[in-house]
Amino acid sequence: MAVNTTRPASSRTASVGDARPRKETGGSRSRAAVRYGVLLIGAFVFLFPFYYMLIGSLQAEPDSSPSGAFPAPGNLTVANYSEIDRAIDLVQSLINSGIFTGGVILCTVVFGLLAGYALAQLEFRGRGVLFNTMLLVQVVPFQLLTVPLYVLIVRDYGLADNHLGMILPYAINSTAVFIFRQYFLQLPRELFDAARIDGAGELTILVRVAVPLVKPALLTAVLLTFIGPWNEFLWPFLITKQADMQPLAVSLANYMSNVAARAANPYGAILAGACVLAAPAVALFLIFQRRFVSSNLGSSVKG
Amino acid sequence: MTISLRPPARAPRAGRPAGGLGRQVLGMAFVTPYVLFLVAVFAYPLGFAVYMSFHDYFFTAPGAVVDRPFVGLANYTAVLSDPAVRQSFGNIVVLLVINVPLTVALSLLLATALNAAIRFRTFFRAGYYLPYVTASVAVVGVWRFLFNSGGLVNSALGPLAPDPTWLVNEHLAMPTIALFVTWKGLGFYILLYLAALQNIPKELYESASVDGAGRWRAFWSVTVPGVRPATVLVVLLATVTGANLFTEPYLLTGGGGPDGASASPVLLMYQRGIEQGNPDVASAIGVILVCGVLLIAFVQRRLLEKR
Repeated sequence: MAVNTTRPASSRTASVGDARPRKETGGSRSRAAVRYGVLLIGAFVFLFPFYYMLIGSLQAEPDSSPSGAFPAPGNLTVANYSEIDRAIDLVQSLINSGIFTGGVILCTVVFGLLAGYALAQLEFRGRGVLFNTMLLVQVVPFQLLTVPLYVLIVRDYGLADNHLGMILPYAINSTAVFIFRQYFLQLPRELFDAARIDGAGELTILVRVAVPLVKPALLTAVLLTFIGPWNEFLWPFLITKQADMQPLAVSLANYMSNVAARAANPYGAILAGACVLAAPAVALFLIFQRRFVSSNLGSSVKG
Repeated sequence: MTISLRPPARAPRAGRPAGGLGRQVLGMAFVTPYVLFLVAVFAYPLGFAVYMSFHDYFFTAPGAVVDRPFVGLANYTAVLSDPAVRQSFGNIVVLLVINVPLTVALSLLLATALNAAIRFRTFFRAGYYLPYVTASVAVVGVWRFLFNSGGLVNSALGPLAPDPTWLVNEHLAMPTIALFVTWKGLGFYILLYLAALQNIPKELYESASVDGAGRWRAFWSVTVPGVRPATVLVVLLATVTGANLFTEPYLLTGGGGPDGASASPVLLMYQRGIEQGNPDVASAIGVILVCGVLLIAFVQRRLLEKR
């Protein structure tokens, strides 16, 4: 927490608003009304589907009339959750999602920190090339690579229905490497030189000195990395055919497109599954939302 | 812990002792896993995709040695003369024409309102960002519920409800998907614009106001030019993301229906390449898609940065 790189931006945020001349005139009050009106309409449009997802998942009978948007005591049930659990084995799906996401986060943190540290603080041949490649990678659409990756990983390496095959294409998140580099760059060089004079090896410096100083970056990078594999559909969908290997996004999608039509309350079951899939990402984001401030993303795109 | 209390002043780069050979080797060692990853997952597959698109490539058992003759542009002519593929590219154009301007306008509008608002800023920002952090698969579920023939949207519209309903209507399926894509990604673009808005010096607004410019005038003369770099980025990212559409047509409209009206090139890559076993054709679609996107992105950049 010592090197507080995220604070300046957020304090600037507040000061921009406060510093504006604020006269209590009728004009400024009506402008504020319009502003909050726009913001509220926006909030409704963004949040209503989430509310409706939860309400729909608790309805015994799907009620899509306008009154169905309010909880009706006689129509509430948790049967949809047991229905979706019976159909796709939620626990196994969540475990698979967890292994996929956990593996990606682990690789990103270990190898990403090493790469980010080297890119920021060590000098070696090819550093510039690697940095430019890292930026280029972020604009290569993954979809173009899906077919060759499918051939390589499924056909050549035989990693279909395998967690390793799922993790491999996502293993190191380049945006996270970029964030690590940016934060390591902000650390004072004397710090490292002093540690080196004391005889510390680079790995020790990285683990003992540098990483503790960039904890905020670590959290941001982990959160950003989490969203990718947890929500990813296309790649795990391509390489998993066995139901017991599928992450929740894939098993829920398969339920939606194949099985749902035969269920008693297909929408209820789908929405129950959707709530389970959405909950971890939404919860993590709400808890740590201070780490998602614009300055982090801004710095990662401004370069 | 005493070290960590030092201010994060950046040391001057010049004048520090050059790293010895040991550091040089160590730097390379540290980046090796990442370099290997980039080669294995990006560089090699990228080359492989281009290779496949020029050859008669088909799936074989692992280790089988088969002849994969060079076929020149045959895969490309096959793809370009396929009406389904042409339709899917047309669909993506429809998507981008709706999605990109809408994304720019709405995210700038909401970011501007958010930047000026002081109360509940955290709540609004979090609310807008929520769809972005949620899995497409999850929110697709609720959109299907909202937009089906007897869904809430139609019962709210009453007699104005379209028939056939949104996602099964060949004229409305793609625009509905475009709305979904805009809704899903908007929070991220709002954050980009917020960061850009905070970098506009407020003296500019003051001098604009001294010059007698109203709010609206100041918005066009100060805000819009001030966030232009962010606009370039938003347009670029919205285009790339939109062009790579897959999950939405696969799940929202049941595989690009009705009758291919909402099929996307990536959906066809999946159907042709993996379902029907023609990875060479799928790769050709991918190469055309990427070249098209790069071309559009290049034109957009020129147009946006010129003014």
